[in-house]
Amino acid sequence: MLIRNLCNIAVASTVLALSGCKGGILDPKGQIGIDEKNLIIIATVLMLLVVIPVIVMTLYFAWKYRDTQTHEIYAPKWAHSNKIEAIVWAVPIVIVIILGVITWQSTQKLDPYKPIEGKGKHLTVEVVSLNWKWLFIYPEQGIATVNELVFPANVPVEYKITSQSTMNSFFIPQLGSQIYSMAGMETKLHLIANEPGTFKGFSANYSGAGFTGMKFNAIATPTQADFDKWVNTIKAGGNNLTHANYVELAKESENNPVAYYAKVDDGLFHTIVMKYMQAHGDMNNKHHAMGKHEHMSNSHHETSEHSLASSHGQGEE
Amino acid sequence: MSFLGKLTLDAIPFHEPIIMVTMAVIAVVGLIIAGLITKYKKWGVLWRDWITSVDHKRLGVMYILLALIMLFRGFSDAIMMRAQLALATSGAPGYLPPEHYDQIFTAHGVIMIIFMAMPFMIGLMNIVLPLQIGARDVAFPFLNNLSFWFTASGAILINLSLIFGEFAKTGWVAYPPLSELTFSPGVGVDYYIWALQISGLGTLLTAVNFLVTVFKMRAPGMTLMKMPIFTWTCTWANILIAASFPILTAVLAMLTLDRYLDFHFFTNEAGGNAMMYINLFWAWGHPEVYILVLPAFGIFSEIISTFAGKRLFGYKSMVYASGAISILGFIVWLHHFFTMGSSANVNAFFGVMTMVIAVPTGVKLFNWLFTIYRGRLRIGVPVLWTLGFMVTFTVGGMTGVLLAIPGADYVLHNSLFLIAHFHNTIIGGAVFGYLAGFVFWFPKAMGFKLNERWGKASFWCWIVGFFVAFMPLYVLGFLGMTRRLNHTNNPDWNIWLYIAAGGAVIIMFGIISQAIQLYVSFRDREALDDTTGDPWNGHTLEWATSSPPQVYNFATIPHVDDIDTWTDMKEKGQAYQDKASYSPIHMPKNTASGVLIAASLTAFCFAMIWHIWWLAGLGLVGAIALFIQRCYTNDVDYYIQPDEIADTENAYNSNGKKELSA
Repeated sequence: MLIRNLCNIAVASTVLALSGCKGGILDPKGQIGIDEKNLIIIATVLMLLVVIPVIVMTLYFAWKYRDTQTHEIYAPKWAHSNKIEAIVWAVPIVIVIILGVITWQSTQKLDPYKPIEGKGKHLTVEVVSLNWKWLFIYPEQGIATVNELVFPANVPVEYKITSQSTMNSFFIPQLGSQIYSMAGMETKLHLIANEPGTFKGFSANYSGAGFTGMKFNAIATPTQADFDKWVNTIKAGGNNLTHANYVELAKESENNPVAYYAKVDDGLFHTIVMKYMQAHGDMNNKHHAMGKHEHMSNSHHETSEHSLASSHGQGEE
Repeated sequence: MSFLGKLTLDAIPFHEPIIMVTMAVIAVVGLIIAGLITKYKKWGVLWRDWITSVDHKRLGVMYILLALIMLFRGFSDAIMMRAQLALATSGAPGYLPPEHYDQIFTAHGVIMIIFMAMPFMIGLMNIVLPLQIGARDVAFPFLNNLSFWFTASGAILINLSLIFGEFAKTGWVAYPPLSELTFSPGVGVDYYIWALQISGLGTLLTAVNFLVTVFKMRAPGMTLMKMPIFTWTCTWANILIAASFPILTAVLAMLTLDRYLDFHFFTNEAGGNAMMYINLFWAWGHPEVYILVLPAFGIFSEIISTFAGKRLFGYKSMVYASGAISILGFIVWLHHFFTMGSSANVNAFFGVMTMVIAVPTGVKLFNWLFTIYRGRLRIGVPVLWTLGFMVTFTVGGMTGVLLAIPGADYVLHNSLFLIAHFHNTIIGGAVFGYLAGFVFWFPKAMGFKLNERWGKASFWCWIVGFFVAFMPLYVLGFLGMTRRLNHTNNPDWNIWLYIAAGGAVIIMFGIISQAIQLYVSFRDREALDDTTGDPWNGHTLEWATSSPPQVYNFATIPHVDDIDTWTDMKEKGQAYQDKASYSPIHMPKNTASGVLIAASLTAFCFAMIWHIWWLAGLGLVGAIALFIQRCYTNDVDYYIQPDEIADTENAYNSNGKKELSA
């Protein structure tokens, strides 16, 4: 009864899962995601080598040695066997050693901070999570978008990620890894799309009331030329993202529509990452200096200084 | 500042029909119960024999009662969440706005872990552990009562948040900066902090109490390596509590300072760093899951060896495996946030360490298998739970190891796959274990067995419901659905969300079956009476007492020669022997101090939440004064006289002998 139920459920879910996995992490469209899917499959198969026998043995032993089977051997005092003990320690140890090696190697290979090699020059996108929307700044192009991310397929993208306020996680399942966005800090992620398409992206870390609406489309254009064309359309738009506008954008809002900015103030991302450092050494004034909104307004003149100190080159234009 | 601090009539959610109806139902049920107690004149009994009791068995029963009430509350939250997600598909908003929904998932997590699983585990430990080691009570009986009331205080606080104000909208982990004043200005996070703080204090005191009990009060002859396996796994869990709960206390205290006194431990501003909170939280949080599951492993070990009519296979391996799990449990916390951006070496280290835990856990599974091997397995309800656990937990362990691989975690983290995984281990591991232990030890605690048919019905509903409710979440995780979403808009997900909601309903029938089982068993308690104190032909000393045991547990402390002491005694003909004479037994007196101290501290916590400073001062000073008063009380004990002992013991022994010869 138990066996049959479980088998049915297992078979049914496997079939359904495999037929309906479109758009998820088992349907990756980028190299990182493909590697991660393969890793999941290899590890699962390896573990099933132990898991299936254990489940089968559990049900088989329980059936074979049930109390009505009086003809089976009954050994009430038998409680130790060096041979069996050796095997039950050895089998999991061997599996874990194999998995451990796979883990060590795959973790090095899939390190989100590691640039993707052999695919040419990276596109850089600066990602800011705000309550509750995503801001994408293209420092090389000098444009920015809200809740829409566009990049060419087959070009590695380097994401520099931070947060304006609460912690979020920047995640496009079909492309692979996610990384937290945290205020006052910069985290990094490298992803690539192997084919053009529109993929769902969102925050994978709960951040408050508007969290569910923190979604965006990640659009991989077929060619670099398509991407350039898109950049030019945005540039023709005329809407600018200044430090002052940013303060306005940073205010809480839910289910934000997509927005485009033709021009972005230099060093905006850097200012966002470094903003909590400005009050450093000025603890007495913190309530005035630290209020999120006030200090943004006096950050204009400090920006140039920070840009000089910055280790990453901002803007190549 | 007004007389009641921040507390005004606006704090009561009159506009929320769900909450107001719930409160009305609770009020009516409460009045009915109070009326019945008055009618049958039971207030005195309730106060003298239960509320003020220092008897570990009665405290255990109260812990489990608390756990069952909280299971009801936490499960109601679960049903509401699953219903919301089943209704809020394809862009529909559902019936719970984020304002309410976010509180529900936070409360569900906190209640199920801190106020359902922990009291359930501690309740079983209270009932069984002193009996298993042949002790008359725990080392510090008053402290045991105090611990219980601290736990109950936390549960009361969290339920007060239903009617006064709100609960946290942060998720049960309450990560800053979201849980800081800037982003959570309401009282929700304060309820979270104080409820966890006071119950955490209770848990810590319990651990200290039981560690001393185990190390100082074992029956003569019981060396550490002759301790029953459940006592061993509880001891490992208590070591983990003693080592990890102070971290929770500290991290919550720091968050409190941030919120109340403008400190900057975890804020974005002034050099605060939320990553410290996350590290500290999981330095407690990961050992916590082993605190929950290790005693459950002990329960399964006891049940499988008892019902197979065999010694436990590989006892030493079991003890060392539990120890290995305990120690390794402290060096894996970072796997909860591989996606924070640590270097590859750090992530890989914590990933491999996590996998290493699979080794001792795997050994345990094999040892249970070889305990069944060449046994005579009676497939009763406790065994069904155990077999269900072995199948379910193996799957949960596998998905856990998968999540331990950083490369896989990068795409599975925070997804419904993760939710499915930890429910798979906590329900399939810990909760199944407690429910198994509940059936197994119920006759010991209450004096009659539970109805078998309803027990089986409950088991089948739970296990089928579990698979139907949580397997779809694994699939949804693969489909890229993340946790804590309020509504969805992806047609591929709908079917799985519907199935999962159906599974939750099946689990609900399991819980209803358990309620019916309790009712039916109570009704038929004479037919189900356990006259011998040993209904399952048990191995260990708890079965060497009457059911329920006498207040002093053992008239004479037994001498232990074997791990399966009671089996050994039965084989040597030492069971149920009348003694020629008994010595007077030294027993602790019941005391109202525990409940009064806890009540004062509850008032303090409630006042802190609402900034009612005068009440906070009063509550704190009151609690300290009551504690000092208790310290200076000398009238704390009494003696039970030999003739009284002889009467009760002779009656019990003659029953036992009749049964043994039959």
